[in-house]
Amino acid sequence: MDLSFNAEERAFQSEVRSFIADNLTEEMKRATALTPSVFSDPPIGMAWQRALHSRGWGAPGWPVEHGGPDWTPAQRWIFESECARAGVPNVNVMGVKMVGPVIIGFGSPEQKNFYLPRILSGEDYWCQGYSEPGSGSDLSSLKTRAVRDGDDYIINGTKIWTTHAHHANRMFALVRTGDGPRQQDGISFILIDMKTPGITTRPILTIGGDHEVNQVFFDDVRVPVANRVGEEGKGWTYGKYLLEFERGSGIASAKLREGLRAITELAESDLTGRAIDSSDIATRISEVEIDIDALEMTELRVLSALQTGQNPGAVSSILKLRNSEIRQAVTRLGVDVIGHDALAVEPMRPLYKLNHEPALPEDMLTVVPEYLNGRAYTIFGGTSEIQRDIIAKMMLGI
Amino acid sequence: MDLNLSDEQRLLRESAERFVAESYDADHRRRMANDPLGFSPVVWKQFAELGWLALPIPEQFDGLGGGPVEIGILMEAFGRGLVSEPYLATVVLGAALIDKCGSTAQRQASLPKIADGSLKLAFAHSERAARFDLGRVATSATKTAQGWRLAGSKMAVLDGHAADEIIVSAHLHDHRGPSGRIGLFPVPATAPGLSITDYQRLGGGRGCNIQLSDVHLPDDALLGDGQDALPAIEWAVDRAMAALGAEAVGIMQTLLDTTLEYTKIRKQFGRSLSANQVIRHRLADMAIQVDEARSMALRAALKADSAPVERARAASAAKAKIGKCARFVGEQSIQLHGGMGVTEELEVGAYFKRIVAFDTLFGGSAHHYARHAQLGRATASA
Repeated sequence: MDLSFNAEERAFQSEVRSFIADNLTEEMKRATALTPSVFSDPPIGMAWQRALHSRGWGAPGWPVEHGGPDWTPAQRWIFESECARAGVPNVNVMGVKMVGPVIIGFGSPEQKNFYLPRILSGEDYWCQGYSEPGSGSDLSSLKTRAVRDGDDYIINGTKIWTTHAHHANRMFALVRTGDGPRQQDGISFILIDMKTPGITTRPILTIGGDHEVNQVFFDDVRVPVANRVGEEGKGWTYGKYLLEFERGSGIASAKLREGLRAITELAESDLTGRAIDSSDIATRISEVEIDIDALEMTELRVLSALQTGQNPGAVSSILKLRNSEIRQAVTRLGVDVIGHDALAVEPMRPLYKLNHEPALPEDMLTVVPEYLNGRAYTIFGGTSEIQRDIIAKMMLGI
Repeated sequence: MDLNLSDEQRLLRESAERFVAESYDADHRRRMANDPLGFSPVVWKQFAELGWLALPIPEQFDGLGGGPVEIGILMEAFGRGLVSEPYLATVVLGAALIDKCGSTAQRQASLPKIADGSLKLAFAHSERAARFDLGRVATSATKTAQGWRLAGSKMAVLDGHAADEIIVSAHLHDHRGPSGRIGLFPVPATAPGLSITDYQRLGGGRGCNIQLSDVHLPDDALLGDGQDALPAIEWAVDRAMAALGAEAVGIMQTLLDTTLEYTKIRKQFGRSLSANQVIRHRLADMAIQVDEARSMALRAALKADSAPVERARAASAAKAKIGKCARFVGEQSIQLHGGMGVTEELEVGAYFKRIVAFDTLFGGSAHHYARHAQLGRATASA
């Protein structure tokens, strides 16, 4: 056993570092640090996507024939960790990590040729149409319906929690094209142009003051049947395949560590009256750091298993659950560290374009909004309760 | 980066798991709990034959040259069966201290005998006033014309009653008084002035309190050349905590397996306990914590020979986190077994008691979270 990376992997690590040093602008870095929600402002995120694409790194998880870089699991871990450490923007995850793999796995040759290059280049910006007001954890009870009319489907219904629907030009959605004995039957996976007449978007503000998610309404929206991925009625299978990607590529610890580092720096600063001198704060920082250590080791154990072609199994649910819980612990710690500055609300967004002097130091601007918005981590992508159901079923057989 | 077991490591795990499954059942454990020795000399001989006593000893002293990862593999299997043989005292602590601090002659005299099973050791370090502070030693070793005179008392000496030699830590004194250095002395169990009071240890094995009333030792009894042994003691205790962490993982895994089985069989209100979501989620949380503990024990083993602060932080991180996880898994195992879990009729209680002993040894979770924080701040200001 060996916890350190070999010479080849270390060489790759320095390659990634110098790429980041050459391409990550000060504006990207600052915008990312000042984003109190999950996703980067699209101009920032897509500029980074273009930089990655020009280096051939636009889609780390894709097969080579579709433009993937052919990395080993260790290389992916190094890449993701270095990106987290440097604070690079989030790219359009819904394109690269969600719909991309589904199109690669189940799409037609025409769909692959059309959509994949546009995801890589950043020309298309995707959003995800899964949840509905009546379908949260019980996703397959969804009611948005697509009725066949010649070469088109006519779609009626509504989707909710649609991240960046107000920025996206495309949506992938699960819609009901039929009814079967089980509610999972009769669901299809469909690709929708957001400029199609009949689509309206309503913003939803989250408690941190950010506009990231939306509700999207469909009123007699015509979508060509050719935009369906795979077979009609088999969408649930494709949708579940995607959820496994959404639950994480198993690389989260580096980002958590970076978040804790920022909070620790605040705790060591005179701005907080050196909060770290309180033994309670110091011990809680250690507690969270140790939880991150444990998560990182589990990630590396999974990685080692993957390297030798073993299937790590339901551990992805453990990773998702612990990542979300630890992330919340980091943000909770942040609120306690900044003390009275937690009282000051800065409502302007995006924060990196703030044109007035804020009431609290810039390094603290995201702390409370991150804590508030961060309550969603244990809800989206399968709630913690659903993850525990999966662990009980898949790992314990009950 | 590779955390997969090698073929040799896999074989070691298989043979240890098989041995424990075949040799340790509830009857064996009950017999050992009431045995004045607390373990089986026959089993100890088998450990020697299997090469386990030689495992971490360097090859030049008839050992196998294994490391903390191999020790962890063994200890996890020991945890599954609540093995009570003095492996930690003799091999993990005793052999490590002699190997680290002893002169070549001292290593040559002891290590091959540990490997072949003819020498059992114990480590007498803890003192009442010191609590968990490894650097606080009041027991004194005073230089005399003939050699050394040891005086003081030690507590929580694991398996000291069975040891042929007890490695005693003492503050070195010369004619000017205390030197500020700690020395290690292997004291023969038969030395005049040494008195041992042993007791049945919580969770299996035996422990003792030791009194040293002017124990006279020859000049060459001191391990090494008189350099301060505290860094070596900290190194050895960090290794022991990694090993104990792996043992705790084995204990937790057995508790989880047993409890899971019970909740499937036990029926209330016309259905299995495990049909209730509240029970399934509790078991999921237990499984998660077993997995986290496994990660932390492995991490501490892999960092057992890193630079002191990194090693110590990894050891304290493991001790703190595994202690917390193990208490949760242990307490929930009893809870889910209901009233029967609180009785001596089931084995859940025996496993739980070993967890309580684990969490206490060398300091509990609270102590190690605080140590981790202090070490971190020391690094930050350095």
